[in-house]
Amino acid sequence: MAAMTHGTEVLVPPENLVTVDLAHSTIRELNAALHAQDAAARARTWIVTSPDGRHSIACGLDQELTVKVAGHAGYYCAGMNQRATVVVDGNVGVGVAENMMSGVVRVHGSASQSAGATGHGGLLVVDGDAAARCGISMKGIDIVVGGSVGHMSAFMGQAGRLVVCGNAGDALGDSIYEARLYVRGSVKSLGADCIEKEVRAEHHTELAELLRRADRDEDPADFRRYGSARRLYNFSVDNAY
Amino acid sequence: MCGIVGLHLREPALHPRLGELLTGMLGQVCERGPDSAGVAVYGDPRMSPPGRASVSLLPRGRRGADVVAAVAARLPATADIGVFDGGQTLVLNALTGANVLRAAVRAALPDAVIVGYGEDIAVLKGVGHPRTLADEIGLARVQGWQGVAHTRMATESAVTPEGSHPFSVGPGQCLVHNGSFSNHATIRRELRAEGVEFDSDNDSEVGARFVAHQLAQGADLEKALRLLCERFDGFYTLLVSTRDSFAVVRDAIACKPAIIAETPQWVAMASEYRALAHLPGVEQARIFEPEPEEVYIWQR
Repeated sequence: MAAMTHGTEVLVPPENLVTVDLAHSTIRELNAALHAQDAAARARTWIVTSPDGRHSIACGLDQELTVKVAGHAGYYCAGMNQRATVVVDGNVGVGVAENMMSGVVRVHGSASQSAGATGHGGLLVVDGDAAARCGISMKGIDIVVGGSVGHMSAFMGQAGRLVVCGNAGDALGDSIYEARLYVRGSVKSLGADCIEKEVRAEHHTELAELLRRADRDEDPADFRRYGSARRLYNFSVDNAY
Repeated sequence: MCGIVGLHLREPALHPRLGELLTGMLGQVCERGPDSAGVAVYGDPRMSPPGRASVSLLPRGRRGADVVAAVAARLPATADIGVFDGGQTLVLNALTGANVLRAAVRAALPDAVIVGYGEDIAVLKGVGHPRTLADEIGLARVQGWQGVAHTRMATESAVTPEGSHPFSVGPGQCLVHNGSFSNHATIRRELRAEGVEFDSDNDSEVGARFVAHQLAQGADLEKALRLLCERFDGFYTLLVSTRDSFAVVRDAIACKPAIIAETPQWVAMASEYRALAHLPGVEQARIFEPEPEEVYIWQR
């Protein structure tokens, strides 16, 4: 599968590879087996077949496992991830990597709405497009989207970086606090209190590092930076409609 | 939350499998709406034989034979009424115009609720688990070129057969809705003032009546749905069909899910991908989420 070329892959001996076919196992059985892998566990690489859009695949992982999902996943794939690497060779539904703490989640296809919602850390890479509200309330997660993101992305973002190699939809960064947003293409409109900002040397450096970790070859010089104007931090009657 | 699935078959060789495929799709969205369900099917030769009009109705406990006798008394013998027993819904067909048959049903059974009428269309719905309803209907054996199914988790009005989806209130039309309209009471009042009658307090019925009203005034389906986007507030993913059209539209916020898959053989829409995962040839399908406030239409 294409995932084998990815820089975050962990190469393991074949005997450490476990395949779980969701046509014959339940999600609970899969996740329970993944949760049972403690730091000394032998099985570091897991292949999940027949995902068929099922929800909650590889949720709540907390060890340095690699889970490869061979097909399209449903809602909340790799939610609450810590330390693990989850690679989806397909699309994902609502809320991929929601509330991720650390680790890497990579989607080779596209993601539905609320990708990386409320994520505290780690790296989410979506090779295709991400729909509305990508990175909503992001709290430290890094998100790199190879395609475009939908409306209200990074809504109420508090920390972390969102990199969009394509275009951004309406109301990018609405009510944003401190997350940093980088967009290579067009921005349909900026949300309340989100403004374009100067791209300084340190931003080129962090953007280059994020693109490298996401296996992207875009030129950091092609991106523009957006962030908070910091006018919504305190109550101001001028902000009332 | 509600579940929507729909299948528009371009490949005639697949028409005999419509019910089987729709049953599999419906089974994947039961959790999204376990309290009631319904289907609309276009082109089933048993429920809506070609060249005949059909009327789908909630018979209020009457047996099929009694319904046929009561309606036959108001039509010439040449009408040759047939009946399909779909459990909570009956589908009558006759060699008359659809409006003639509908008027005869209304006159013979004033308390029955007509839940669909036209040519080549059958609408069956009711309360209970969607799988039970599919079994009652015998959905897996249904044939045709287009089908829509809905599973309902009621939020805006009571769990009743007439409050279930689809809402089919114009000839051959069908609307299913995931979401909630927030200004439906206002629009219902406006439509009532223009003479439109309602069967339920359901917000989605207002959407269906609005679309039917626009179509009756000469708008095409795309125009009617654009007008709906302008007039309705709230959340909606809608799948709207007619005898020849299959259309999807979402509100500007687009929080209610929708996914579309398209191949040369078929177009399918569902609330979630898992409902599409077992369609033949889905591996080669173009899969995408419909953009907010954009009307997508496929024509037969």
